[in-house]
Amino acid sequence: MEQVIFRIQRFNPDAGDKEPHFQDYVLTDDDLPLNESTVLDALNHIKWYQDDTLAHRMSCRSAICGSCAMRVNGHTKLVCRTQVSSVVRDGVVTIQPMRNMPIIKDLVVDMKMFWDKMQAVEPYLQPSDPDPEKERRQDPAVFKQYEFEATCIMCGCCVSDCTVLEVDDAFLGPAALAKAKRFVYDDRDGKKRERLQKLSGPGGIWDCVRCNECVQSCPVVVRPMDAIIKLREAALREGIGTETVGARHVKFFTESVVKTGVLDERELPMKAMGMGWALANMGTALPAILKGKIKPPPLGRHKVEKAEDVQRIYKELEEKK
Amino acid sequence: MPTHDVVIVGAGLAGMRAALEVCKAGLDVAIVSKVHPSRSHSGAAQGGIAAALDNVGIAERNMPPAKISGENVDEKVTADTPVDWRTMEGKPAYEVKNDSPLLHWFDICKGGDYLVDQDAAELCAFLAPQLIYEYEHWGCAFSRLPDGRIAQREFGGHQAPRACYAADRTGHACLHALFEQVMKNAKKIKIYSEFLMLDLILRDGVCGGIVVYDLRTGQLDVIRAKATIFATGGYGRAFSVTTNAFASTGDGVAIAYRNGIPLEDMEFVQFHPTGLYRLGILLSEAARGEGAYLLNGKMERFMQRYAPTKMEKGPRDIVARAEQIEIMEGRGGGPNKDYVYLDFRPIGEKRIREALPQISELVRRFVNLDPFKEPVPIQPSAHYSMGGIPVNIKGEVVVDTQNEQKIIGFYAAGECSCMSVHGANRLGVNSLLEATVTGYLAGKSAVEFIQGGAPLPDLPPDATARADAELKAILNNDGGENCAALAKELKETMMEKCGVFRDEDNLKKCLAKIKDLQVRFRRVSISDKGKTFNTALQDAIELGHMLDFSEVIVVGALARKESRGGHARLEYFDMKTYENIRDDENFLKHTLGYKEDDGVRLAYKPVKIYKFKPEARKY
Repeated sequence: MEQVIFRIQRFNPDAGDKEPHFQDYVLTDDDLPLNESTVLDALNHIKWYQDDTLAHRMSCRSAICGSCAMRVNGHTKLVCRTQVSSVVRDGVVTIQPMRNMPIIKDLVVDMKMFWDKMQAVEPYLQPSDPDPEKERRQDPAVFKQYEFEATCIMCGCCVSDCTVLEVDDAFLGPAALAKAKRFVYDDRDGKKRERLQKLSGPGGIWDCVRCNECVQSCPVVVRPMDAIIKLREAALREGIGTETVGARHVKFFTESVVKTGVLDERELPMKAMGMGWALANMGTALPAILKGKIKPPPLGRHKVEKAEDVQRIYKELEEKK
Repeated sequence: MPTHDVVIVGAGLAGMRAALEVCKAGLDVAIVSKVHPSRSHSGAAQGGIAAALDNVGIAERNMPPAKISGENVDEKVTADTPVDWRTMEGKPAYEVKNDSPLLHWFDICKGGDYLVDQDAAELCAFLAPQLIYEYEHWGCAFSRLPDGRIAQREFGGHQAPRACYAADRTGHACLHALFEQVMKNAKKIKIYSEFLMLDLILRDGVCGGIVVYDLRTGQLDVIRAKATIFATGGYGRAFSVTTNAFASTGDGVAIAYRNGIPLEDMEFVQFHPTGLYRLGILLSEAARGEGAYLLNGKMERFMQRYAPTKMEKGPRDIVARAEQIEIMEGRGGGPNKDYVYLDFRPIGEKRIREALPQISELVRRFVNLDPFKEPVPIQPSAHYSMGGIPVNIKGEVVVDTQNEQKIIGFYAAGECSCMSVHGANRLGVNSLLEATVTGYLAGKSAVEFIQGGAPLPDLPPDATARADAELKAILNNDGGENCAALAKELKETMMEKCGVFRDEDNLKKCLAKIKDLQVRFRRVSISDKGKTFNTALQDAIELGHMLDFSEVIVVGALARKESRGGHARLEYFDMKTYENIRDDENFLKHTLGYKEDDGVRLAYKPVKIYKFKPEARKY
């Protein structure tokens, strides 16, 4: 790499900007050794020696404070731990602020929505017993169940890349839900049922579409989507929210596969959303059926060959739980 | 113009712990921080937090038996009746089998090369267990022993395995446990996030709040308070190779100094032995606690020469000097022989994954090496500021040489303060503890002060004048000096001439350079004249702070003609035994640096010694 173009999205309200725009900055190996530099090193070099009006957040530069999340070539990353060499494409690196949050200036966004959602899940331990004199003992196996979520650095990468938040402001989002999971799975907490009840409501665990973006973008080991799935499991085990659309979807999905060895996609929406929904949408469904776009609802269930094998696998998995 | 009972500057462990103490008392408290609280640098601490819980036995970890020496046998001698150490008879060394606050206390005093104020260290060691249990009750994600108690491991200079840890993310676990409590009390604790503090409101020895600059809007404002607590963190950013965050620019320290408050023991800067080569990114001492080796360019375990019994588990100042000597004497690694290696392989892959997951990831990410397969280049990196704003054991800021004259309504806690828990050298895992303890103490003292009927001080009419002038001087400047270039010169000079080893000649050159940079700083100009998130302006303000306190570091180091703890002068160092030459007769005292028009005026104050008689510090 002799030179790299950093294509940076700029937005400066003080300069009268109404819309964000891109500005290119060129760095060469004479400026800094590009092969050994992080994207943060590059941004700092630009800010310090080329254009000090550029604004970005940073602090620890060792991937623990969570300040420097921004989009690099479209994906949200902590730039302090992202090597330029790993993201340069045809000599260009594109840098933009996080999504799903309003821009304050350049690469700095307003994270109020992030903190509000975090606050909404009551992100603190609520034991039901009085504090003992020493520590509450905790089995290391229990610790392992929430250890990963407890490493969240609240950088916002997952929230920026969340495809549900893109269309639904009411969704609690991956970071807050992962934080909630950390308390639901911590046996020192005394509010497990109340938490699960609340999380099973609108904007909660059943609104995730499982696109996996949050798992991809998380710079630590939180895996928010997996945490959400764990919350769903815990809720269903407790018999909470079993009549929500999401829960019915999961139940029918399992039922269909176990019984017939295959998912019946025609019946799934009716089971998940209910007959009322199906009838209300007949106006759309009928023409689609007539034109062959979707198949009519089933009269009988189609069963694959050797469906018993699927049932046997399911049974074994159930027993292993 | 907002008004609160208590305003706290800084939202790390010290600041948030203080806030919770004030909140608990039902008072109105605000936290001001230039970064969002969860970004505070306490979160970067890795290895652990010390407390003599005695969850893991000394023998269990195959550690040598613990010894306490020089202990005073006179039971009547307490913090209130300090004795002169020269007449103090110390009990001969004796062995103890279990960990205890007493042993912790002794380890702190010895580790700090006896420059420790023993009353402060006593409080720290004795309050530690209950404050750690409090973290646990708040949900802190500590690693556990098989029986469910908090896990503990060894750390340099501690004679028992007393580092409570959360893998290698202990600071993060503690910071977030505190932040969770702050969120729980969100209605009672007002947070001013991304506000820079520019000045202290101080008149006739009474503090009435602070002057702040809102980064988001560019507005200058005053936050009035009956009590003000500084918890602004350390000053490692004045050095080019540092483990510290960009935010660790010693703002509180500099602002106190500009307001006529002296700075104590600033020359004592801890260099961490294992920062990544050139980058300074921290690789926890826990690596050595878990059994990693230090190797020189010839792949020798060089600690054999310097601390044959403790080896890699020696205290930080000793290990950092050993590394520096290996490099100075041409036994470093790499083409320029300017680093040594940290070898993780003896720990074993399984234990690394379990106990040190973050650092192995850092090594992969930042230097593209596989720590399971090859040793990692490291070097001493500026890490911790032992010095700071002088406070007594209640966290009250004291400005004279007898610890008597207080600034009314002004407190400091954590790394920016100097209660002198750590003396000349801090032991690992004592920083999170000290931040917690001093935060708790400062909060408690502020509550006591306000409940005792403290009034809200009148606001001086010109409260924002100096801050306003400071902003204008930068915004309206067309001198053409580049802020970053000046900062780079300062940091490189400090690293090279005021680093692990110092000497008179280099310190004098360093001081001259700082004076020159202070003059050139008046010509620093920036192109961003905007109000919204003007980080160029912030950079310039922070550089101004660093230029002020760096001078105190160097002047203090020049005057201290001895080597003690983290301050090593080549003229006072035995290159045969590799030991500091300490001069208790002349320098067993705290440095105070006061700001005068032409530079720093030094004064000294006595060290509080009443329990452990200073002895030669050997490991």
